[in-house]
Amino acid sequence: MAVADFQTVIGLEVHAQLLTRTKIFCGCSTAFGGEPNTHVCPVCLGLPGVLPSLNRRVVEMAVRTGLALGCAVRPKSVWARKNYFYPDLPKGYQISQYELPICEGGEVPLTLDGVERTVRLVRIHMEEDAGKNVHDVSADGSSGVDLNRAGVPLLEIVSQPDLRSADEAVEYLKSLRAIVMALGVNDGNMQEGSLRCDANVSVMRRGASEYGTRCEIKNMNSFRFLRQAIEYEVRRQVELVESGGRVEQETRLFDPDRGETRSMRSKEEAHDYRYFPEPDLPPVIVEPALVERLRAELPELPRARAARYQSALGLSAYDAGNLVADAAVAGFFDAALAAYGEGAEAAKKVANWLTGEVARLANETGEAAASWKLTPQKLAAVLRLVDAGTIGGPGAKQVVEEVFRTGAEPEAVVKAKGLAQVSDAGALEAAVDKILAANPAEVEKHRSGKKDLTGFFVGQVMKETKGKANPAVVNALLRKKLGA
Amino acid sequence: MTAPTQDLVRLGLREAGDAVGARRVSSRALVDAALARIEATDAKVGAFLAVTPERARAAADAADARAAAGARRSPIDGVPLALKDIFLTKGVPTTAGSRILEGYLPPYDATVVERLEAAGAVVVGKLNMDEFAMGSSNENSAYKPCHNPWDLSRTPGGSSGGSAAAVAARQVPGALGTDTGGSIREPAAFCGVVGVKPTYGRVSRYGVIAFASSLDQVGPLARSVGDAAVLLRTVAGHDPRDMTSSTRPVDDYLATLEGGAKGLRVGVPREWLEGGGVDPGVAGAVRSALDAYERLGARLVEISLPHSKYGIGAYYLIAPAEASSNLARYDGVRFGLRAKDARGLKEMYSESRERGFGPEPKRRIMLGTYALSAGYYDAYYLRAQKVRTLIRRDFDAAFERCDVIAGPVTPSVAFRLGERTDDPLKMYLADIFTITCNLAALPGLSVPCGLEAGSGLPVGLQLLGRPFDEATLFRAARALERELPALPAPPGV
Amino acid sequence: MSSSSLSLEEVRRIAALARLRLAPEEEERFAGQLSAILAHVEQLKELDVSGVEPMTHALAAGEVPALREDAVLPGLSPEEALAAAPAREGTAFKVPRIIE
Ligand SMILES: [Zn+2]
Repeated sequence: MAVADFQTVIGLEVHAQLLTRTKIFCGCSTAFGGEPNTHVCPVCLGLPGVLPSLNRRVVEMAVRTGLALGCAVRPKSVWARKNYFYPDLPKGYQISQYELPICEGGEVPLTLDGVERTVRLVRIHMEEDAGKNVHDVSADGSSGVDLNRAGVPLLEIVSQPDLRSADEAVEYLKSLRAIVMALGVNDGNMQEGSLRCDANVSVMRRGASEYGTRCEIKNMNSFRFLRQAIEYEVRRQVELVESGGRVEQETRLFDPDRGETRSMRSKEEAHDYRYFPEPDLPPVIVEPALVERLRAELPELPRARAARYQSALGLSAYDAGNLVADAAVAGFFDAALAAYGEGAEAAKKVANWLTGEVARLANETGEAAASWKLTPQKLAAVLRLVDAGTIGGPGAKQVVEEVFRTGAEPEAVVKAKGLAQVSDAGALEAAVDKILAANPAEVEKHRSGKKDLTGFFVGQVMKETKGKANPAVVNALLRKKLGA
Repeated sequence: MTAPTQDLVRLGLREAGDAVGARRVSSRALVDAALARIEATDAKVGAFLAVTPERARAAADAADARAAAGARRSPIDGVPLALKDIFLTKGVPTTAGSRILEGYLPPYDATVVERLEAAGAVVVGKLNMDEFAMGSSNENSAYKPCHNPWDLSRTPGGSSGGSAAAVAARQVPGALGTDTGGSIREPAAFCGVVGVKPTYGRVSRYGVIAFASSLDQVGPLARSVGDAAVLLRTVAGHDPRDMTSSTRPVDDYLATLEGGAKGLRVGVPREWLEGGGVDPGVAGAVRSALDAYERLGARLVEISLPHSKYGIGAYYLIAPAEASSNLARYDGVRFGLRAKDARGLKEMYSESRERGFGPEPKRRIMLGTYALSAGYYDAYYLRAQKVRTLIRRDFDAAFERCDVIAGPVTPSVAFRLGERTDDPLKMYLADIFTITCNLAALPGLSVPCGLEAGSGLPVGLQLLGRPFDEATLFRAARALERELPALPAPPGV
Repeated sequence: MSSSSLSLEEVRRIAALARLRLAPEEEERFAGQLSAILAHVEQLKELDVSGVEPMTHALAAGEVPALREDAVLPGLSPEEALAAAPAREGTAFKVPRIIE
């Protein structure tokens, strides 16, 4: 097989759930989870007689996103009905936008292998989410329908088929995710499905002028799955073409357990959505004054922020990129740095903690930055304790972990766990003497100059003192005792 | 307080309200009289699909308590009314005349129902209608036929047939209906009552079962122009739950009601009386109404509505297209009829809908689905919406030269039940005069203008106005009502 | 007009799209009736509509409705929501097995 003989062409359709309090067309809460049908009303149940009533925040968030991505915002956009039958679609149609979406054009920046580029967007439109079908709810194999999610507002962000590899697709999605999170319109949670993406994938022989037939792949709820799905699909299509077959245009589902895509039987029926303008909703009018207000309120976007971290604070591109991937983390960084100090050295220290130990803890607990018990002030306090020599590196790690888990004051943790560093030479001398006495052979080896075993002795003393000894003081004592 | 039933049921909406306010009559007596009248006549008329005596009596007693305490909510506090069965009423069966909603108890009230109740009006029951408001004879009701009180062998018109029949038969002094292509005006004309289709957006559609969303509008039926005006004012006005409802203030229709027709410019569309296929008896009654306007000092102005002949074509694409989508929610999942023996999901859908919908909704769902389906959208639906613009422009131009437009409501008087059921196209073509009003989103009104010579059946005069100018329609209709002799009571009941 | 007559096959396609099961005689009847209606509708093609904006919304142009504020409003309890359900399982609407 010769994947290298083929050019991969990918376009992504990203669905971003908007961070509104209520659904797009009714006053029901958008809160995630809960028993089935606990956040519903006549409107989102699609009962007879109901009409949609548009949430102002949805329009504002759509415009904000469009402005951040350089889209043209339509002064008058139109709702459309997309008609199809499915149990999770209560009205038998989805209210979406079709011919005249709220935003058109625009682009998403991305960096791959150190090269910056942009991916063009086709459009951004607003729509309502469907509910959830729950399979095998009873012994007879029936399904259940939960409409808590029905009517949750979504933005659909559609890229041009500008992406040329799975890596590029992943970077695009990372960049877009960082932007919508920075804008405060989406929480970036792919596992819970508040950010989802479909990929249109095709392959063409290098040098060919026409795109191949594309397949739409659904159900990729992580960066890893997106990469796997695209890589699998590209191999599948190339094999098919190489063996003289033809790619059928179809919708395929990614199966994360097998790492494969497979044809969706339920979508076998030819699509005929019978779109038409939604008569129950007047066109969405976006006044120039609203555009200007929202433009003025735009926050610093990830790419600009990362550039500033590099030029003004001297962070590496890697650290800067990691910090801005989550606007809440970047905000934490700014606040912690402000509370701690100034300059490149301070910035580097804060960044190291955030991208290292704190990131590890966040990963482990799955907690979003906004709800961390560790505050920027507390992280700054830990750093100051290190600077003052009150705690050493290992102690600091323990303090950060404890504060992260419980929200306790760093000084209190130091005290409660007895983590204060011992710097008193008198107090440490006994430990040093004990270690030297216990290791005569090593002392001899060191003294004879055969090998520098200072590190070994320091390690032993640290062990003896349960990590509390000030390494500088221990070093000085060793130099004196071993006559180095 | 001891007036006999037959006197109480003759009272108009305002008269009844005034009587309760002056404590000459109790609301309870009015409601009991209405219930007795329904009991006595409805086996013949068939106007009601549900009667709610306990609720009505409780509401009447509450209204009487308010009257006694000097805390009346409105001039119609305590007056009995009835609702087309298309309005959702919390805990009271609401069927839209369809099997698919048999026994359905809604969990909420339509906005207009809330407004009526806030005004203290007492709802006594739900009225017969063509299934999902699709029809002009009430023969498409899934439950029972409705009969015209003037001649029980004839249709009361549709789709608000039960509303018009109940008002004409003195079962209630007023009712609400809906009008998508003439569904208030045509039955009002057939039954000799006043019916109003307000400007699109004048009345909230929230809680009104949708037929064609860009055409549907709620309106009153009553036995006098002033009563219809009061009922409209009670329910009209912006509703934040209906984004297509207008924020314009509602005019005080009664303040200008008696202003007369002097100086009024009455537009007469050339296309409507000439070669419009109007029966001579209907044309004659309409003519005499126009003569009456001249006597009253109005000026007749010939106008032209060149695109009105395309109205039927545009309407029978737009309305079914919207209906095909609006009726998709009747899928047997969350409410309504389900074919419980269906093998799979797809079968459950198609069998539930097969059993639940009657022939007319099926026909329109098919037509609308076809008009919207891939490859046909531009040729059918989109083109029809463009024709709609042309029709509206005709009216805009006409209203440069006149204040109201007058003409027939229907080409004939009430026809016999069963006469047209086998030819849907012929039934559709009879909507020719009422349909353009909905397409152009204008207000329209039907007011009795005499009886057809020979048959002795009522004829309606249709008046159309500028958008949101219902006040002028009421004034013009009232002038005619005062000028012409009052209709006798319908002989059928 | 022959261009607007509906074949039985098309009637079946539309019925499937609309999730309506039709008896064979209904298919026949609808094919005839819908063809007659579509033939009447053909008259719209006489009109030159080039450059005419479609009237997709009936609300008076220029009226910009106020949008709903993003504040939670009371909804229905699960019991109210499920009261009319033909079948339920717990607080979910129950439907025949969905195959994806
Ligand atoms: Zn809701």
